[in-house]
Amino acid sequence: MPDIFDMLFLARAQFAFTIAFHIIFPSFTIGLASYLAMLEGLWLKTGKEAYLTLYRFWIKIFAITFGMGVVSGVVMSYQFGTNWSRFSEVTGNILGPLLGYEVLTAFFLEASFLAIMLFGWNRVGRKLHFASTCIVAIGTLISAFWILAANSWMHTPAGYEIRDGIFYAISWLEIIFNPSFPYRFFHMVLATYLTTAFVVVAVAAYLLISGKKNPAVITMMKMGIIFTCIVVPLQMIAGHEHGVSVFEHQPVKLAAMEGHWETHTGAPLVLFALPDEEKEKNHLELAIPKLGSLIVAHDINAEIRGLKEWPQEERPPVAIVFWSFRIMVGIGILMLFTAFAGLWLFKTGKLDSNKNYLRLCLLMGPTGFIAVIAGWFTAEVGRQPYTVYGLMKTIDSTSPVTANSVGMSLIVFAFTYIVVFSAGLGYILKLMNKGPVDPSHPETDFESKPVLGTRLDIGDYEHQLKISSHPITGEKPG
Amino acid sequence: MESIDLPLIWAAILAIAVFMYVLLDGFDLGIGILFPFAPKDEDRDLMMASVAPVWDGNETWLVLGGGGLFAAFPKAYAALMPSIYMPVGFMLIALIFRGVAFEFRFSAKGVMHRVWNQAFHWGSTVAAFSQGLILGAMVQGIALEDGRFAGGMFDWLTPFSFFTGCALVWGYALLGSTWLIIKTENELLHWSRQMAVVSMIVVIICLVIVSLVVPLMDWTAANRWGIHYPNIDWSILLPLAPIPVLTAVCCWLLAKSLSDRKSHHKPFIFSILIFALGYIGLIFSFYPYIIPYSLTIHDAAAAPNSQALLLAGTLILLPMILAYTAYVYWVFRGKVDIHAGYH
Repeated sequence: MPDIFDMLFLARAQFAFTIAFHIIFPSFTIGLASYLAMLEGLWLKTGKEAYLTLYRFWIKIFAITFGMGVVSGVVMSYQFGTNWSRFSEVTGNILGPLLGYEVLTAFFLEASFLAIMLFGWNRVGRKLHFASTCIVAIGTLISAFWILAANSWMHTPAGYEIRDGIFYAISWLEIIFNPSFPYRFFHMVLATYLTTAFVVVAVAAYLLISGKKNPAVITMMKMGIIFTCIVVPLQMIAGHEHGVSVFEHQPVKLAAMEGHWETHTGAPLVLFALPDEEKEKNHLELAIPKLGSLIVAHDINAEIRGLKEWPQEERPPVAIVFWSFRIMVGIGILMLFTAFAGLWLFKTGKLDSNKNYLRLCLLMGPTGFIAVIAGWFTAEVGRQPYTVYGLMKTIDSTSPVTANSVGMSLIVFAFTYIVVFSAGLGYILKLMNKGPVDPSHPETDFESKPVLGTRLDIGDYEHQLKISSHPITGEKPG
Repeated sequence: MESIDLPLIWAAILAIAVFMYVLLDGFDLGIGILFPFAPKDEDRDLMMASVAPVWDGNETWLVLGGGGLFAAFPKAYAALMPSIYMPVGFMLIALIFRGVAFEFRFSAKGVMHRVWNQAFHWGSTVAAFSQGLILGAMVQGIALEDGRFAGGMFDWLTPFSFFTGCALVWGYALLGSTWLIIKTENELLHWSRQMAVVSMIVVIICLVIVSLVVPLMDWTAANRWGIHYPNIDWSILLPLAPIPVLTAVCCWLLAKSLSDRKSHHKPFIFSILIFALGYIGLIFSFYPYIIPYSLTIHDAAAAPNSQALLLAGTLILLPMILAYTAYVYWVFRGKVDIHAGYH
């Protein structure tokens, strides 16, 4: 058991807590930014009101989520220094420029064009507004590119040399495009798309269940289902390829994910087990023979090394890795079922009326976030006891600060995040509950309500109705 | 390449980034500081609307400051952050509360609406105060051993850093109120001018006190201006004299522009100049140290190929960033007027 008053434990807890909280927001905004760009593009192309209604609905949720992502992200850029100063010093030559490029190529781009996206409807033309939405969407992807390059380098370091205990870059291309980066990048980007898609489908399902059916809601549901039918299978392929890369580069992590203690030729696929780290075995194991080797090595008789090949202090915490991996994969399978059940109902014309299916969609709403966090737990806990895999141990990465300071700040961060982000979630749910309102029936929704930091009154709204070429402007009441 | 002094270039880039941050987030933090004192709740809506499109971009300069320090001077980043652990923590928490208040305040009603008003105010004030604490701690110097922080968790807390914390709150209030003079009309404009006058008076007093305290305490910062109390080396001080003289001139011009009802942009410009001169003075006090007075920019520099890689991109990207930031400010130019459809 870890000593909870130990500085290392507290620093890890603080990092895990703040980054797990942070990743929730980008997981949603990366996908939502692309979705918004698609909606605005479709609206400009087809002129269909439903797309515009959806854009106006989701942009409010986007603004709140993005704001929370920004403030929780600023924390991350300072935490490397406050709690992990040794790590910063030793890896700064490699990771510093990658994070620097993230700020320079993505953060400023997102922040600046977000302003036009949210507040610029009356101030720039339609095309420029659409361009701003696209730039924000691209910015979120650029940001993911750099941060995942940095993270992947910590898993599969390449292109470096070590002199006097400090990392130096030899080849930037090898550093950025390190062996695990392409897999991690695609896996994560698809994960954000799926997270968003399942939230969209869940909101549509909720609105259909509660009788708030309108063309925009139907569009939302159909787009979501078609999208998930394409992306869930793609994600399964990406995840599989990522797993193969783990087998090649981090075999001990793979052994923990699979719950393999012994080295097998023709390893089984463990479906269920209770890994016991002291006895070095699984309890209540349920496994399919040979399938494990077939999946990771594409050969039923391939050898997969078990955890016992590594000394105990070189192994990651097995149970966390084993279970978080299964949670992620389990959700993936549920997503696959939901997507194709939806496709079948769509074909038979029952997509918007089958209550049981709509309830399933509603339940699936938050699963993308859970899968993302479980996936990151698998990856990051699986890398332990290292921060830079095989080269720098987590225990050597911390700052010369006391456990008290880290513990106190952890408590304050936890309190702040819980208060602030549950309030944010509350406001988002309120918006979702209301649903997209068709602007051609404004009488359904008369309460003058400010959004995104500015307020429009009824007079303004009438003004917008007159200029039908610019209807979004109508940050319409409500 | 030996001929290019990469650490010096990076120090200059970081200095620009930090100044951009102080200037830009300074005025929107200033608006948060002044927030509860505005005459009416509608005024608060306007105040927030005047910075809602730009605050996120403004705060990104802080991320560039932190990220840039990590990238270009990892040793300084690793040594500095633990030494200012607590004020950085206060600042980050405060920035969370104020950042989310932009969206939440408009979604909330009744009591919660007022709670987020307070969160915006206290978040802005504590963030500004914490930055002032960090500034004060740096002026007094940070104890390092073998390039690592070797002091206590409360080294940053001194009467002087407390004072600089308060001073920066007033400084940001000055930037915020003069920004509001540009963006508002009628009663709110009148009120902003009053706030600017009060803030200006306090800021001038603070500048005078700092200019007296630092030499009297004979801190290293004063020595670098040629002052070894009670001796003064005029050959060092005289060439630097234009800085305080120009600061005094700017203060006078600011006072003049505030009394002129027709001038809307000048007060903000002169406030910026006062900040810029103070900042240049600070650079003279610190250079060539990046952590005063223990670690120089050359000792803390990242490997040349790391600095060079990021520099290549920065030289292209930073002008682009400045250009589209300016474009966004231009798009949202003019007075904020809710009834004319600011959206």
